[in-house]
Amino acid sequence: MHKKKEKIIRWVFSILAFSSLFFLVGITITLFTSGLPVFREKGILEFILGKEWYPTYNPPAFGILPLIMASFLVTIGAVMICVPLGVGSALFINELANHRQKAILKPIIEILASIPSIVYGFFGMVLVAPCLQKIFHLPVGQTAFTGSLVLGIMATPTVCSISEDALSFVPQSYREASLALGGNRWQTLTRVIIPAAGSGLSTGIILGMSRAIGETMTVLMVTGGAAIIPTSFFQPVRPMTATIAAEMGETVVGSIHYHALFAIGLVLFLITLLFNIIAEIISRRYRLKLGLGR
Amino acid sequence: MKISKKSNSIFLVLITLSFVLTSFGILAAEKAIVLKGSTTVLPIAQPCAEVFMDQSPNIDISVQGGGSGVGIASLIDGTCDIGNSSRPAKEEEIKTAKEKGVEIYANIIARDAIAVIVNPANQVEGLTLDQIKDIYLGKISNWSEIGGKDQAIVVVSRDSASGTFETFNELVLKKEKLRPDALMQASNAAVATTVATTRGAIGYVGLGYVTDKVKAIKVNNTLPSKETVNDNSYPLARPLFMYTNGQPEGTIKEFLDFVLGAEGQKLVEENGFLSVQ
Repeated sequence: MHKKKEKIIRWVFSILAFSSLFFLVGITITLFTSGLPVFREKGILEFILGKEWYPTYNPPAFGILPLIMASFLVTIGAVMICVPLGVGSALFINELANHRQKAILKPIIEILASIPSIVYGFFGMVLVAPCLQKIFHLPVGQTAFTGSLVLGIMATPTVCSISEDALSFVPQSYREASLALGGNRWQTLTRVIIPAAGSGLSTGIILGMSRAIGETMTVLMVTGGAAIIPTSFFQPVRPMTATIAAEMGETVVGSIHYHALFAIGLVLFLITLLFNIIAEIISRRYRLKLGLGR
Repeated sequence: MKISKKSNSIFLVLITLSFVLTSFGILAAEKAIVLKGSTTVLPIAQPCAEVFMDQSPNIDISVQGGGSGVGIASLIDGTCDIGNSSRPAKEEEIKTAKEKGVEIYANIIARDAIAVIVNPANQVEGLTLDQIKDIYLGKISNWSEIGGKDQAIVVVSRDSASGTFETFNELVLKKEKLRPDALMQASNAAVATTVATTRGAIGYVGLGYVTDKVKAIKVNNTLPSKETVNDNSYPLARPLFMYTNGQPEGTIKEFLDFVLGAEGQKLVEENGFLSVQ
């Protein structure tokens, strides 16, 4: 009786666990079947390296290079903001903060992670963009930099909590050994703890990056949406995600424009997949290094 | 052990029962109408549906956004009864519909004027259609060229896939390519906010979205209003559609009659659009 029950439960849970595999396969197939028709008509190189995005004109132009570059520009900017903020806060929480500070800081950072992205978008559009416009005397406040700033704040909790995990995994004995050898706190931090947690920290940074590059609503609202190849941080840009979100609802289903939007999704999917694979490889290496691997 | 099993099965029965009952509940409200599509039409469809449901409680109406393309595509797929659109159906859409045995029938339920707006700090009071076109194509890039201050023009547009853009493209740009560095915004409200916070900006929105934070300018010497749209002196006006599969019948006809009737058209005007009567 018991064995039977156990078997059933085992089956149920393995089905639940494998269902995400099923979803992944479904999404991948949809992306490929709906995205590939555009390559047949336009060619992969023309699509990826084309400099003009005029999907609704006659004849239409489907070049997504400006969109790819916009995504990367905004993401790089976001990384420059979320890495110092996230890793710095993790170091403070893990190494310097006393119990009370920890008890305040950790929940606050977690709340930052739970704010819906559309709220960040509002905040960026109504507050940050006009402010930046005034401070830097720009003709317009919705720029790649505005997007980077808001995304950087959004990605900070991801970077911070993973970095904090990585730091707390560093065995106490490492710390004690370093101090016993006469190292001061700074030396222990920079030469022992950060190298030991290094791969964990980089995992956090890469996951923060994939969060930033995949974010949609916020960039749609604050980056301006001009499909040009950016030459400066203070220009309006149009990232890939914003393009899909803005145009999918309005296009004719089954048209070449529709397939082009799926193809952008495919490109984006491959980029974030690459990020995740890199993060996975690094974190595996890190577990082995600390003797935590199996 | 025995007791817990019993309570377990009672629990299961209760869950099943509640599912069955809710599904009956859904089936009971037999006359359901689903509206889907353009976000421009949404502020008309929503209040009309609410008032109509108050008057005929046995008819259930659900209104969803998604965009003009989604509205027409859902009508063709049969996942909605009325497809809202701020642009006429395209030839390829009509063709796909025919292949699937759907006859797209246009019901014009309101008219919308597209207002050209600038920041309130801007002294320019009016432009001609040609000037607006040149601004959007990038031939004019400073306000001083058209009677304003020496300030760069920030061109704000709706996304090139939206129904509003399509109308603007047809009436103003005449299908020429918009300057590539124009800011493309995803909604009417986003265009209004950007223009309100950017000194050198010019944009265009549906008449219902003009507030005191932006300034609507004269186009060819005419300000947008009910009168100027009705006597055709304002050049930027467009019809709004509720597409149905063939001529509307039954409850769908009842609803459309309501929208086109006195009460519905009053709601149309209250929400900043122009009635078709």
